[in-house]
Amino acid sequence: MHHGTFGYGREYSDFFDLSRLGAIITKGTSLKPKNGNKPSRVCETPSGMLNSIGLQNPGVEYFAENDLPFLRKYDTKVIVNACGSSIEEYVELCKILNTLDIDGVELNLSCPNVKEGCMAFGNTYEGVKKVTTEVRKVLDKPLIVKLTPNVTNIAEIAKAVEDAGADGVSLINTLLGMKIDIYKKAPVLANITGGLSGPAIRPVAVRMVYQVAKVVKIPILGMGGIISGEDAIEFMLAGATAISIGAGNFIDPYTSIKTIDGIEDYMRKENIDDINEIIGIV
Amino acid sequence: MAKQMQAKLLEKIQLTKDIYHFKVQAKEIVEKSKPGNFIEIRVSDQTEPFLRRPISIYNLDKENGILEFIFQVKGNGTKILARKEVGQEIDIIGPLGFGTFKYDGNKDIAIIGGGIGIFPLYELAKQAKESGIKVNTYLGFRNRENVILESEFKNISDNLTIATDDGSYKENGFAINYLKRDIQNSKPDCIYACGPIQMLRAVKQLAEENNIPCQVSLEEKMGCGLGACLGCAVKTAKSPKEAPEYFHVCKGGPVFNSKDVEF
Repeated sequence: MHHGTFGYGREYSDFFDLSRLGAIITKGTSLKPKNGNKPSRVCETPSGMLNSIGLQNPGVEYFAENDLPFLRKYDTKVIVNACGSSIEEYVELCKILNTLDIDGVELNLSCPNVKEGCMAFGNTYEGVKKVTTEVRKVLDKPLIVKLTPNVTNIAEIAKAVEDAGADGVSLINTLLGMKIDIYKKAPVLANITGGLSGPAIRPVAVRMVYQVAKVVKIPILGMGGIISGEDAIEFMLAGATAISIGAGNFIDPYTSIKTIDGIEDYMRKENIDDINEIIGIV
Repeated sequence: MAKQMQAKLLEKIQLTKDIYHFKVQAKEIVEKSKPGNFIEIRVSDQTEPFLRRPISIYNLDKENGILEFIFQVKGNGTKILARKEVGQEIDIIGPLGFGTFKYDGNKDIAIIGGGIGIFPLYELAKQAKESGIKVNTYLGFRNRENVILESEFKNISDNLTIATDDGSYKENGFAINYLKRDIQNSKPDCIYACGPIQMLRAVKQLAEENNIPCQVSLEEKMGCGLGACLGCAVKTAKSPKEAPEYFHVCKGGPVFNSKDVEF
């Protein structure tokens, strides 16, 4: 799967056939267009990067008219990452998404870069349960909830997703971070803080997938710094049923294809016939 | 349409203590490249440094499929890149950027570059000159030690003015002062600029005051270079202050009409 960082797919269709992917999860999409944050929005960090894009997106209507028909040309599932700043907005957006030709919705309760919403719902059991419950009422399509790692007890939050009737949980979103330019004596990002992604966060993500897998029965979509088949296998052993690639797409547009090939290599080497045999066995 | 390829380093020239000129075999990229395009280089197959490095194209040798770029060693990534040896392969994606320099229909153009911003202007000047356009070039450097590519730019310019901030070589002061002087006598059809942000702001103002179209090549911190991460935002000129709207340097740019952007 491809995650957030993949735009609406077009940018990568130059490089390979998008039909090779199990699914494409769009970048965060909101009810109305969002312009995003002031630059600078990104910076490099050890084995990773910080971003503070601020959910720039053209809004769900534009997506439905312009991007969805493009994505539908490929034999891959399309899951829309949905963002809002209030429960009403999430519900309104998901009512629209329910009418579109998409395969599912991933509720983004975890973007660290917008002042209102998202995170506010994502860091308590009650908040996650409330918004997921309300969305569940209006959405017939598969519902995944993406969680923020910036919480004390990820397993408890994931339980809220399950209790509210969602079909899956995805983790992790970015870790809140900061970089300072020591010569300008100022933060590098205009938004001061941003979300850390890339291989730097992989051990945190694996740990959280492991902890969540112990307490929920719904499938887990694991992510966080995956750039190879070996990385993906680690998440699966920890309990992820599926994995997705985010920042890895930036350094190599073929990262997802190489990851798929790498998983197959591992299965051959380890004499695994069905990948389900290894999910959560650690 | 961008390509990813392993491009063999054919020649490596050290221009100053920290500026390198690389020539790589990259036929598929060269064929599709236009003046103003850039490439993204992955300097290591490890995760450190993590991101690719956006680098502008200096010269396109279409006949031999050779792509040339020049870069300054600024941090860890460019330091690793500078260590590559002739014969080694370099992981390149390109050409990138849909906003490129446009010169069709012009007869007389002014090109102004400052410091390491002069590199993407070379291919533009070369192609413009080849198509019979009069090219007036203005290059600014900090001092005598930093002056590079003088003869290269001389060969593709009808007039070349070189200025140093401290007057230690050729004209004294900023290159824009000489452009300003010359446009009193004859207005170019278009001004093309790349260089430090202060210079670009001054050029934008000068062009707009004199009603001369102006194309600027901008820089902003990039994540992917492909238009996916939406990191390299630049404010659009017409959007309201309270709700600024953005273009992205990697996709809408790196070259913009100066009137379309605020920086």
